[in-house]
Amino acid sequence: MTTTSTAPLGDITGSEAALRGFLAGLPGVDQVGAEARAAMLASRSVKTSAKSYAVDLAISMIDLTTLEGADTAGKVRALAAKALRPDPSDPGCPSVAAVCVYPDLAGTARAALGNSTGHSRVQVASVATAFPSGRASLETKLRDTAEAVAAGADEIDMVIDRGAFLSGHEGRVLDEIVAVKQACRGPGAGRGGEVHLKVILETGELGTYDNVRRASWLAMLAGADFIKTSTGKVQPAATLPVTLVMLEAVRDFRAATGRQVGVKAAGGIRASKDAVRYLVMVNEVTGGDWLDPRWFRFGASGLLNDLLLQRQKLATGHYSGPDHVTLD
Amino acid sequence: MVFDYAPAPESRSVVDLRSSYGLFIDGAFVDATGPDRMKTVNPATEEVLAEVGVADAADVDRAVAAARRAHTAVWGAMPGRERAKYLYRIARIVQERARELAVAESLDNGKPIRESRDVDLPLAAAWFFHYAGWADKLEHAGFGPDPQPLGVAGQVIPWNFPLLMLAWKIAPALACGNTVVLKPAETTPLTALLFAEICQQADLPPGVVNIVTGPGATGQALVEHAGVDKVAFTGSTAVGRQIARTLAGTSKRLTLELGGKAANVVFEDAPLDQAVEGIVNGIFFNQGHVCCAGSRLLVQESVHDDVLERLKRRMAELRVGDPLDKNTDVGAINSAAQLARIRELSAAGDAEGAERWSAPCALPDHGFWFAPTLFTGVTQAHRIAREEIFGPVLSVLTFRTPAEAVAKANNTPYGLSAGVWSEKGSRILWMAAQLRAGVVWANTFNVFDPASPFGGYKESGYGREGGRHGLEGYLR
Repeated sequence: MTTTSTAPLGDITGSEAALRGFLAGLPGVDQVGAEARAAMLASRSVKTSAKSYAVDLAISMIDLTTLEGADTAGKVRALAAKALRPDPSDPGCPSVAAVCVYPDLAGTARAALGNSTGHSRVQVASVATAFPSGRASLETKLRDTAEAVAAGADEIDMVIDRGAFLSGHEGRVLDEIVAVKQACRGPGAGRGGEVHLKVILETGELGTYDNVRRASWLAMLAGADFIKTSTGKVQPAATLPVTLVMLEAVRDFRAATGRQVGVKAAGGIRASKDAVRYLVMVNEVTGGDWLDPRWFRFGASGLLNDLLLQRQKLATGHYSGPDHVTLD
Repeated sequence: MVFDYAPAPESRSVVDLRSSYGLFIDGAFVDATGPDRMKTVNPATEEVLAEVGVADAADVDRAVAAARRAHTAVWGAMPGRERAKYLYRIARIVQERARELAVAESLDNGKPIRESRDVDLPLAAAWFFHYAGWADKLEHAGFGPDPQPLGVAGQVIPWNFPLLMLAWKIAPALACGNTVVLKPAETTPLTALLFAEICQQADLPPGVVNIVTGPGATGQALVEHAGVDKVAFTGSTAVGRQIARTLAGTSKRLTLELGGKAANVVFEDAPLDQAVEGIVNGIFFNQGHVCCAGSRLLVQESVHDDVLERLKRRMAELRVGDPLDKNTDVGAINSAAQLARIRELSAAGDAEGAERWSAPCALPDHGFWFAPTLFTGVTQAHRIAREEIFGPVLSVLTFRTPAEAVAKANNTPYGLSAGVWSEKGSRILWMAAQLRAGVVWANTFNVFDPASPFGGYKESGYGREGGRHGLEGYLR
C-alpha cells in the first residue's frame, strides 16, 4: 500500500490495518442529529444585502456542468460562453468557477475559455477515471486522467471505487487516489504542474453518514484537494446532511493536519434557495475560510439560470422570466 | 470571507395586542375587583406591552364558582366525543393563529421567534390534538371501566413556555371532563389571554376555561380555594413544596412539575458533532429557561478537551439578540429578577474557583441579556453543579467510568431528565435503567411529544404529563 504524508496523524496509511483502524475510530455520525442540524440551518432567513452577497458568491462557485452522451463541441462552446458571461446584459455579473466536461471535450472547453491565466480565469474541470461508475482497471483510469490533463484540464473530478470501499478494501481506494493524484502532476499539467484533484465519493451509494465521514477522511489522507458528493448520475445526489458531514470532515482535517481541503456539492441543486442554504451551512460549520470558489463549489447546470433570475430580481425589484436568461 | 445575515425580523403587526386586559371569567373578559394593575414588558427592550388585571381572592372565587357551574351543568356530563369536538376546534384555531401567537410569545417571553414558531406553537397544537383524541376513549385508558373527572382544576404555570405549559395543563383536564381556572405567570400572561379569545372563538361553553392573571398571591389564592378539586403546578421546587404543605390534609389531588439539574452524559464513543449540538440544545435552548435543561455536562475525561474545543467553537456561532429576528438562536432573559439570579449563581461559580468562558457576542444595550456561558473545572461540590440556575450557563464536570457517570448524574436532589451520548446501544440501555430521572434522552436532548409522558423523580415533582399517563392526574 502507498504511504502518504500525513505527518501529524502518524503512520496511518502505512498498512491497510492501520488505515482501517483509523477510519473505524472516527467519531460516529448520529443520523437523526445530523439531519436535524441540517434542517435547522436550512431555516435561516437570508434576505436583502445578505441574499445579494450569497447569490453572487454562489454564481462564482459553480462548476457549470454538461456530462451527457449527447455532448458535442458546439454544446461545450456555448457552455463556455455562458461560463465567462453568465448574464450578457450585466458585465458586473461574476463568471462561474469552472466548466465541467468529459475528458474528450476538455480541449474544446480549454480553447473556448481562452488561455488567460491567473486566479480569476474560468477553470476547465474534467471528470475522469471511468466516470461515473469507476468500473475499469487502474491503467485505464490513469490513462483517462492523463488524457484530460494533456488536453488542458485544470481540475480532475475522479470517482472512488465504491465497490472496494464497501467491501472493506480501503487501502485499494487510497492507492488509486494516490496514483491519480500522481497522474495529475504528470507532464503537460498546467499551472506549474499542479492539476487540482476532486475526489467524488458518490455518497448516494455509500449508504450511511458514517461511511461518508470515513470516505472523506480516506480521500483527504490520499491527497485530495477537494472532496465531492456525487456524480449526479445516482440518486440521491448532494443533500444538506451529507454536505454537513463532509464539511465537518474538512474542518477537522485542517485542525489535525493544517491542510485545507475544499468541498463540492454536486447534483440535484437547482434552486437559488437551496444554494443559499449550502452557503449558510458552510458559513456556520467551517466558517468564512471556505466561503471562496477555491474551497467550495457547486456542481450544477440549471442552478445558474435560477441564480441569475434572483440576481435580476434583486437589482430591479421584479421577476423577469425564463426568457431573460440564456439557455445553452 | 464574512457572510453577515441581514436583519430578518418577523413582523410585529401580525399580533394585535390590546393596551389593557381584564380577567377571563365565565366566558367573558371582566375587570378585576381590586384597583391594582400590573404591566407586562418585553424583556428584550423593557417596553411595556400591555396592562393586565391583578386577580385577588374575590376574583379567584368568582372564577372557581364559574368553573364549578360549568362542570356541573355542561362539561362534566357532556359525552367525550362532544368534548373532543371543542378540543379539535381549539387545536385548529391554535394552528391557524400560530404566527400571531408565536410573535406574542416572543414579545412577552423574550424567546427567539425560531423557537416559538418551530417548537412552542406546533407542540401546543399537538397537545390539544392528542388529548382531543383521548376524550372519547377514557374507559380504555387503563384507569377503570368508567373513569370520572375530578371537577375543578386549579392550574398554575411558569413563564418559560407560557402557551405550551397552558396546553399541557388545559388539554388533558378538559379531555377528562374537568373545568379549569388557570393562572399564567406574572411576567408572561399575554398568550394565555389570547388563548381566552380562542376559547370564545371556539364557542367553548362559558366557565370551562377561566384565566386569572396576577402575581404569586393570586396563585396562592387559587390553590388554597376550597372549591378546587385538583391542583397542577409547574414551577420552582420552593413554591411546589409550599403548595404541597398547603394541600396536606385536604382531599385535593396534586401534581407537581418542579426544578431540575439534569446531567448530559457524553461518553468517549459518542457521535461528537451531534453530541455538541445536543449539549448546546440542552442548555441554550430557550436561554436555558427549561426545567429539564441539560445544565450539567458530564464528559468522559478522555474526550474532555476535544469536546470542549468543539463546544466553544459552536457556542461562538450562536446568534444572540433580537428575539423577533428569524436568525436569532438565543433571546432575552425573561426578567430582571431572573437575570439577577443567573448573575448571582455565576458569580458563585467564579468565587468557588470554576473557570468561566462566555461566547464572544455583543449584547443589546436595553433589556435583559446574558451571554451563553460555560464553567469548566466544576465539581459536585460547587453551587453551580447543585442549584438550578435556569439560565444559559453550563457546568462541565468529568468522569472516568460508566459507574462514576451514573453516581455523579444521580447525585442531585432533582431527577427530571438526563441525556446519554454513546454509539453503543447496550451502554445506553444500561444507563437508562440506572439514571433516576423521569426522562432519559439517548443521543438527543430536549425533544418533546404529546404521546410521551414527562415528569420527575425526587424533588423534581410527581405526576406525569403527556400521553396516556397524563390522564391519570385528572381522573378518579
